[in-house]
Amino acid sequence: MIAYTTDQYKQYLYDVIEMIEKEKDYLSDLDRKLGDGDHGVTMSIGWQAVKEKLDNELKDEMDGGEISKVVAKTFLNAVGSSVGPLYATGFLRGSKVLKGKSELEDQDLFEFWIAFGEGIKERGQAEVGDKTMIDTIDPFVQSIKLQKDSQSFLHAMDNALREAEKGMLSTKEMISKKGRSSRLGNRSKGFQDPGATSVYLIIEYFQKSLSSVK
Amino acid sequence: MKKLINIPNDVVDEMIDGYVKAHPKLVRKLNENKRSIVIASETRENKVGVLIGGGSGHEPAFMGYVGKGMADGVAVGNIFASPPPDPIVAATKAIDKGNGVVYIYGNYAGDLMNFGMAAELAELEEDIDIEFVVVNDDVASAPNNEKEKRRGIAGEFFVTKVAGAAAEKGYSLKEVAEVARQTNNVTRTMGVGLSPCYLPQTNEPSFTLENNEMEIGLGHHGEPGVEKGELQEADRVADRLVQDILNDITISKGNKVAVLVNGLGSTTKMELYIVFRRVEQILAEKSIEIYRSYVGNYSTSLEMGGCSVTLTKLDDELTELIDAEANCPMYAQL
Repeated sequence: MIAYTTDQYKQYLYDVIEMIEKEKDYLSDLDRKLGDGDHGVTMSIGWQAVKEKLDNELKDEMDGGEISKVVAKTFLNAVGSSVGPLYATGFLRGSKVLKGKSELEDQDLFEFWIAFGEGIKERGQAEVGDKTMIDTIDPFVQSIKLQKDSQSFLHAMDNALREAEKGMLSTKEMISKKGRSSRLGNRSKGFQDPGATSVYLIIEYFQKSLSSVK
Repeated sequence: MKKLINIPNDVVDEMIDGYVKAHPKLVRKLNENKRSIVIASETRENKVGVLIGGGSGHEPAFMGYVGKGMADGVAVGNIFASPPPDPIVAATKAIDKGNGVVYIYGNYAGDLMNFGMAAELAELEEDIDIEFVVVNDDVASAPNNEKEKRRGIAGEFFVTKVAGAAAEKGYSLKEVAEVARQTNNVTRTMGVGLSPCYLPQTNEPSFTLENNEMEIGLGHHGEPGVEKGELQEADRVADRLVQDILNDITISKGNKVAVLVNGLGSTTKMELYIVFRRVEQILAEKSIEIYRSYVGNYSTSLEMGGCSVTLTKLDDELTELIDAEANCPMYAQL
């Protein structure tokens, strides 16, 4: 296999930044049905702050761990909110896996995404069925874990992404149990969770980035 | 919605700039973090620090309540978003006088995570003791048997008032936190929304209501409420809000309360006093004494229309603390 380089990882982060700008109105629209309508705005503020770091401080950085750590801290301090600590924890946990590495093997990618997802789950204290980003992340991580010793990462990613998509879509019929939307009770039914949607897009873009490399 | 702003993403920083420059004798911004504001005068050595914080868009909450007898510092988040740990830690360091800092914030997932992470950092790296007071006064946000899920709204004003007065009187860290939590336990708020707010970045309404509708129990970030109803006259709305509160907490004949009739942003003082008038009638009929009343914009949601009613049941200790002097840029009491 060809290793995934941290240059490609940085390009992936740029792709996410561009995607968030494109989808921010859609994400805010979803949030307005359930919360305060700022999810797209918040994600945009955070990822734009990351872009500034990629353009400057991280321009010549090749250590995957260092890149992830800067992404985590930058995103966190630009947005706060609940997505700040959640994504920051994901990237910080991932940074430990990538520490000192500029070429990422399959094993690293498996471990990165498992650490990323488990970090978010631990920070958010939410369960599957609560109508949060965990509904996307948890089935994704479970699927990746199961395939860790038997599949290439790209193949495993294809399968895991399907599980993540199912999870994301399942939030539509759920009643919120966490976050501001939980006050809505039954009125939260019928709307897809914005946090579950944005994290799906972020994972999906990683699969796209991998596919374009290999 | 028309707004007097420059670049939407700059509203918070520009508001803070204007605020600290308008009130240099009362508050100052920290050099270490542009989202941390602290009291300008030197606070007493050994005084317990009181730190508040939350999203912007609720002005005067939260930054308007930094001052003598209230909070010593505030961490300011983006609009309707919890501040991250950095400004919280920076403000904590600035206001700690050796006896620790009490964090007061609303019961929201983001605030819990960010203030929690900040407290860990402050305790580990700076050796500052932290106590948490999580405000959850919003009756509409969860049923009585699931109080731990309830959100914090306008009642946070009373919790901050009591904590600030207690710290000023020389209470210890644990005592300040305890009396603030006690205030939260006897505080209830119920709100009604008449018109939405518009985030500067999207300029979209947070919810839509027909001309003849109101939203009962809406969140103070424009989250839809628990129930849409037909718009009623002020007295009937006040009846409903007070009734929901009294169904939730026992306030009996002879009890004393502090009352806050809070505007959500675009509702006039005229309307708020009309609502207060009815609140007073209801309580008088029940022989509940209004010890102190507050009417005005204390915790808003940008330009949302509507109001909330908060009742805090007072014992002797809380009465004394509610009575204490306070002097902040957006609120003062003699």
